Amino acid sequence: MPTMHANTLRQASRFCLKQSSSTTGVSRTSVARVAGISSQTTSRRGYVSATKKDNAQVNVDTAIRADQKAFFAETGKLPEKTIVPGTDVNADAMMSPMAGVLKQATVMDEGERPIYLDMQATTPLDPRVLDAMLPYYSGLYGNPHSRTHAYGWETDKGIEESREHIANLIGADPKEIIFTSGATESNNMSVKGVARFFGRGGKKNHIITTQTEHKCVLDSCRHLQDEGFEVTYLPVLSTGLVDMAQLEAAIRPETCLVSIMSVNNEIGVIQPLEEIGKLCRSKKVFFHTDGAQAVGKIPMDVNKMQIDLMSISSHKIYGPKGMGACYIRRRPRVRIDPIISGGGQERGLRSGTLAPALVVGFGEACRIAKEEMDYDSKRIKMLSDRLLSGLLSLEHTTQNGDPNHFYPGCVNVSFAYVEGESLLMALKDIALSSGSACTSASLEPSYVLRALGSSDESAHSSIRFGIGRFTTESEIDYVLKAVKERVTFLRELSPLWELVQEGVALDSIQWSQH
Amino acid sequence: MSVSSALKGDAGQQARSLYRQLLRQGEQFAAYNFREYAKRRTRDAFREHKGVQDERQRQELMQKGLKDLQSMKRQTVVSQFFQLDRLVVEGGKSGKQGGRRNDIVRQKDTGWD
Repeated sequence: MPTMHANTLRQASRFCLKQSSSTTGVSRTSVARVAGISSQTTSRRGYVSATKKDNAQVNVDTAIRADQKAFFAETGKLPEKTIVPGTDVNADAMMSPMAGVLKQATVMDEGERPIYLDMQATTPLDPRVLDAMLPYYSGLYGNPHSRTHAYGWETDKGIEESREHIANLIGADPKEIIFTSGATESNNMSVKGVARFFGRGGKKNHIITTQTEHKCVLDSCRHLQDEGFEVTYLPVLSTGLVDMAQLEAAIRPETCLVSIMSVNNEIGVIQPLEEIGKLCRSKKVFFHTDGAQAVGKIPMDVNKMQIDLMSISSHKIYGPKGMGACYIRRRPRVRIDPIISGGGQERGLRSGTLAPALVVGFGEACRIAKEEMDYDSKRIKMLSDRLLSGLLSLEHTTQNGDPNHFYPGCVNVSFAYVEGESLLMALKDIALSSGSACTSASLEPSYVLRALGSSDESAHSSIRFGIGRFTTESEIDYVLKAVKERVTFLRELSPLWELVQEGVALDSIQWSQH
Repeated sequence: MSVSSALKGDAGQQARSLYRQLLRQGEQFAAYNFREYAKRRTRDAFREHKGVQDERQRQELMQKGLKDLQSMKRQTVVSQFFQLDRLVVEGGKSGKQGGRRNDIVRQKDTGWD
């Protein structure tokens, strides 16, 4: 009996194999008989496909690789292939008309991503900060202002802890920290808020600021001028520092606010905050400082420096973008007129739901900045010295700003007889800027350098190098080598350089007018 | 956790094990700057606290190191997902065409004179 079964099975399977492509001609009887004998082995018909080990699983390695491939396709945009929105010019031509000439000066290799040396514009997000933020993007999504359920409490707890970290960093009380969307909003809030609150009576209608401030402070002041306030734009010394005698002379009885930035974003000059704070306190004038470039990088203490209002930015200290804070002193109390009104969050000074993830990231960034300040500043000083000594060893280069009072992470150097924009073009493998990111779209020379009294040429030929926590020695060496090569190359092209080498003083030349 | 179970033996051995794990994990960062920083920071932190004798402080530092290791394990994975092109300083600069574009420009022009 078993032999017979086996026999029929073999026959049937042979038959099926032969006829597998066209099973229409199969004699019904034999198939039916086979099916009758053992239906499990022969009938492959079914509506459910067999389950296999790998069918339901995602292979992580393959997924990562596929994702990477898709990601790569979108990265690495070259300026000559990118069309600037709104025009039909490519980015290369937009940046400089010299682009065509300089093509040969750029190195295009397999590793094509430029070195990042623009830490004053923004800094990369620290992985530790991202690690603190991720839970708030995945699970903890409660509105921190909801007091009625656990979702709100847990995010609120995170926010209050961050507030503490920020307050610790600047030596303040956590209640004095107001979260905003960034330093620009904080600056606007402080300048306009104080001026409007105290200018109501019409008595205190004078504001003092400097010519080297960030655009957002200057523009806020310009706006207040339209509202009837008087603004004094103090000139600065050629080193970029504020002249204390001039400041003292400028303070009037009706002055309500002095706004001077701690560290300049273009030349890195550190202002004498303690002296300014003391002077302002003695004259009973509020002192606002834009600390976006200073907090977390140099030691700041609002009580020691007698600062009344301070703007802080998150993305300059390796935190997330779109986040900032404003320190507003409580004792003696600084009252401001809020710009944004609404639900009364943040003591009613800045309404609107907070973003817990950003706030927590900001707090973590501040905590790390406080913890690592010694280590980071030592390292940045070392790298900065290396860069600066290398750059100044080139002939006809000068450092902008005070060489003794500057934050070492911001090195601003002028290369005479080279146009800054063309040098930037030639240094495509290094991400640099000639000044503030806000003005980098225009070809205007930097107003900060003009305020220091530099000539147009010198202002045009300046480049800012920003060094940060993640900059390495080999990057600095690469930059030094690249700058030396390209500056020499560009000078060789320049007719002015030829004249200078021949010993002709450029001032003595009578340029013919066309 | 695999991390804590790997830390056995006497104090010196534990510290060495943590050091090696941190360095190995730091190597996994896809981004050049983070990778270099992780390695450098680990090395410098261990060097700085080399002579710590106080048992309590030592424990605290070990805990901190373990916490950093955990966070680094997560962040290296994230970093590997969102990998970008390599930096110009990273080596791999062979001057060869990557196969994507035809844009490698040689510095030297030959055949002109």
